[in-house]
Amino acid sequence: MMRQISYYQAPEAEIGSKPNRWDIIALFLILGVFAALAWAATQMKAPYQVGHPLPISLDPSALPGYAAKTVLRMFIALLFSFLVTFTIAPIAAKSRQAEKLLIPLIDILQSVPILGMLSITIVLFIQLFPNSLIGPECAAIFAIFTSQVWNMILSFYQSLRTTPKELYETAAMFHLSFWQRFWRIEVPYAIPGLLWNTMVSMSAGWFFVVASEAISVSNQEIMLPGIGSYIRVAITEGNLPAMYYAIIAMLIVIFLYDQLLFRPLLTWGERFKMDRVDDIHPPRAWVYQLLTKTNWLKFIQIICREISEFCLNSPHCKMPSLHKSTLHTRYSKVFIWFWNGLLVFGVICSSVLLWNFITKAVSCVEIRHVFFLGMITGLKVTILIIITSLIWVPIGILIGLRPEASRFIQPIIQFLAAFPANLIYPLIVTVIIRYHLNVEIWSTPLMVIGTQWYILFNIIAGAATIPNDLRLVTKNLGVKNWLWWKRLALPATFPYYVTGSITAAAGCWNASIVADVLEWGPHKLVATGLGSYISQYTTSGDFPRIALGIGVMSFYVLVINHLVWRRLYNYAASRFTME
Amino acid sequence: MSNEPLIRLENVQKSFTNPEGKKLLVLDDINFTLHENEIVALLGKSGSGKSTLLRIISGLVTPTEGSLYFRGKTVQGPVHGISMVFQNFALLPWLTVLENVELGLEAQGMPRKLRRPKALNAIDTIGLDGFESAYPKELSGGMCQRVGLARALVVEPELLLMDEPFSALDILTSENLRNDLLQLWTDKRTRTKSILIVTHDIEEAVLMADRIIIFSTDPGHIQAEIPVHLSLPRDPQSDEFRQLLDKIYTLMTISERAKVTQTHAKTTILHPEYAYRLPEVSVSELIGLLESMEDHEVEDKIDLPQLADELHLDINSLFPLTEVLDMLHFTTISNGDLVRLDAGIKFAAADILERKNLFAKHLLKYIPLAQHIREVLDNNPNHRVSQNIFLDELRDFLTEDEAERLLRIIIDWGRYAEIFAYDYDAGLLSLENPQ
Repeated sequence: MMRQISYYQAPEAEIGSKPNRWDIIALFLILGVFAALAWAATQMKAPYQVGHPLPISLDPSALPGYAAKTVLRMFIALLFSFLVTFTIAPIAAKSRQAEKLLIPLIDILQSVPILGMLSITIVLFIQLFPNSLIGPECAAIFAIFTSQVWNMILSFYQSLRTTPKELYETAAMFHLSFWQRFWRIEVPYAIPGLLWNTMVSMSAGWFFVVASEAISVSNQEIMLPGIGSYIRVAITEGNLPAMYYAIIAMLIVIFLYDQLLFRPLLTWGERFKMDRVDDIHPPRAWVYQLLTKTNWLKFIQIICREISEFCLNSPHCKMPSLHKSTLHTRYSKVFIWFWNGLLVFGVICSSVLLWNFITKAVSCVEIRHVFFLGMITGLKVTILIIITSLIWVPIGILIGLRPEASRFIQPIIQFLAAFPANLIYPLIVTVIIRYHLNVEIWSTPLMVIGTQWYILFNIIAGAATIPNDLRLVTKNLGVKNWLWWKRLALPATFPYYVTGSITAAAGCWNASIVADVLEWGPHKLVATGLGSYISQYTTSGDFPRIALGIGVMSFYVLVINHLVWRRLYNYAASRFTME
Repeated sequence: MSNEPLIRLENVQKSFTNPEGKKLLVLDDINFTLHENEIVALLGKSGSGKSTLLRIISGLVTPTEGSLYFRGKTVQGPVHGISMVFQNFALLPWLTVLENVELGLEAQGMPRKLRRPKALNAIDTIGLDGFESAYPKELSGGMCQRVGLARALVVEPELLLMDEPFSALDILTSENLRNDLLQLWTDKRTRTKSILIVTHDIEEAVLMADRIIIFSTDPGHIQAEIPVHLSLPRDPQSDEFRQLLDKIYTLMTISERAKVTQTHAKTTILHPEYAYRLPEVSVSELIGLLESMEDHEVEDKIDLPQLADELHLDINSLFPLTEVLDMLHFTTISNGDLVRLDAGIKFAAADILERKNLFAKHLLKYIPLAQHIREVLDNNPNHRVSQNIFLDELRDFLTEDEAERLLRIIIDWGRYAEIFAYDYDAGLLSLENPQ
């Protein structure tokens, strides 16, 4: 036991060796990405005047540049999402008073249709940065940010609340400071969940980045250079080849994002998982392997480690370790009463304000009409979810039961889920126009194109968790056909189905704003629904009506969530989980 | 060496307040000192509050009443000089073995140049060399606990606290690790002056400790203190060892029996009889134990340590069983022996239906909660009552969790005995059979 020879080699020993071939590939990769983003950034601060449209070229050679700008917007939004997540979530997790306000607030903000909000925020940002493209740029980034940030906050908050007690005790026993505990224990513990949610957010973000780049507010077209505007111009000009170029460019962007970022990060995130699962097929990503094999990158890794060493452990960064029990007792009863009173007051004030704002411009009859439109959209969403479920549930179960098939198909579905469905819309519009199809019926499926994948995705995951024993025993007893579906497959995947459908349905509501009004060249197709109502008044800049539309949509989403989905979810959790 | 004790506890008491605002006493009247150069074992069933006591000593939990001194100074929060080994290791899975061991030094602000050799040295001492760059996920449980031990020892604590450190490991691994730890201790290769270990394994306590403190439940208090004068390493087969083991078993079962009858007496005053606690055991375990006694030469009597050994049961699983059999008047305990009563013998020999009848008879006769539920169901015109009614009743005297646990146990027993039926989906207790 007292052997002095140590097999351990400090990583420092490896820096000196000369670069290997992996280094060169990795270097070019990294430099390429940096260069593209830097160029895009310089283009963003161009001077700009409202009403003065930026020229968008439909030349395919301009597409890589537009794509780079679109990507950059995504990343800036992501950066802000992380900043906000790292500040809001700890506050909600550590303070009971803040938690009471923040968590329901985030829950509501999640259901607010982002695209409807865009028209309001864009005006604000243009006022903030007059005569500069930064205004609309900020509005677009803000829209992406609001599509990403909520579930990231919830995920981080959840992790903070569920961090094992023993890890906290370890931190206390070894006298870790508040700051050290955050970075050494709380953040790493949250990484797998946070990473997954970030990736889901990013996938949804592509849809909004495309939608928010080109927007008409108050009868003016504001276009930011990017793939979204490119498509917008292609639509107004009815230029079909340009459409295809844009779709191909987007496919390439998503592919690169998937390969260069998504997969390597998921592989890296594996190490932060708590449970010791003996996974025979850990996720592999070639980029991750490349990065771990290069020597130069190891050097960067060591620099990062030294920085973290400096930031975490040096004495002047040391903060006092907060003692847990003193934290809550500090709030006196008076303060809690005061705080609750303030909340109630705030809620009353804002609802009165909103009511006045809307009723000044809109009659009660119209409000009733908007609720009716909401019902129509709700009906559409319900029908869509039923139809897509009928299609994808059986297929998903069959895929999920075959591990080889699902390993092959899962990445493809993730890819499809990330692809912004609004790029496909114009293609379908051309079909509707050519064959003179009914707009009310045929525009509806557009809402679900982008979000149906969540159902399929979750069903596959659910089917994969059906224990092999259960599959064997049903085979052994001769349970077949419909009985097999009724007794095994459907109940076993039900909890997963509910989770998938919640996401899919919420996405449908949001997409209706884009999918209800369709254009192609001189043609304009409008379907009845809440989506077209919001979209129409966004164009004309009628703010009370936009507020009304958004309010009604949020109302429907919230009510349906609480009355239907949450109950189904709880029922599924108590009745159909494999425990 | 000073004569001042390392740790001194005076009249320590701990209570928690549950969400309904009720105060629950977990530890009561703890007086205890820990000196240098001794290993002390805190022995008790799970839920006896011994882990809470360990956390109070570590400074992680503050006592409600009483005072705690480390080297004569009052303890408020974790202090330097005490470190702890956790039951489930509590390693950070995202750090390598080396980084995990360095954690405590890092928190002290020690620069890498200084802390790395120290950590490597601790890793060597504990027999982990070769695993420095491994992640905890790659290691077996035994190896993980070695990392936990190295991490605790590298900060050179005067007092090492161990919270059931071997209970998550298999028998061979825990024996191996225990021997290595004792070797380190007798060779004085660590700077640790004293070890306090919490355990529910009686043999482990006798193998390691210079002093054994027996803990009893409801609320947790020190029942007895037994010095062990055998020299290390100890031979589990020796007569002295066996005698000591017997003594502790007897002591602990006496306390269990005393408690059963005592709570009987006490509860009639404070709460209705039906609300007293039942140990969590399943019917099949009870039957299994009664049946296993068939096979013995002296049929109706068996030495408890021997029984525990044969059935590979630790006290956490054995004592609840004997307790319930005692309540049901199937067995009784005398002088450290488990004795089968007439009903127990009859039960073991009966067929399935007869067993159910006998069980039902004893359940209704001796378990007040079963009686109570049956009475309510009999008096109800539909013979159907929601479980929430009973839960509400129990909640008046017990915590939320305890009430649910109690109802779950009695539903399990009642279903077996067929004294009532239960519908999970509707949450209904009834006298009907399923349609």
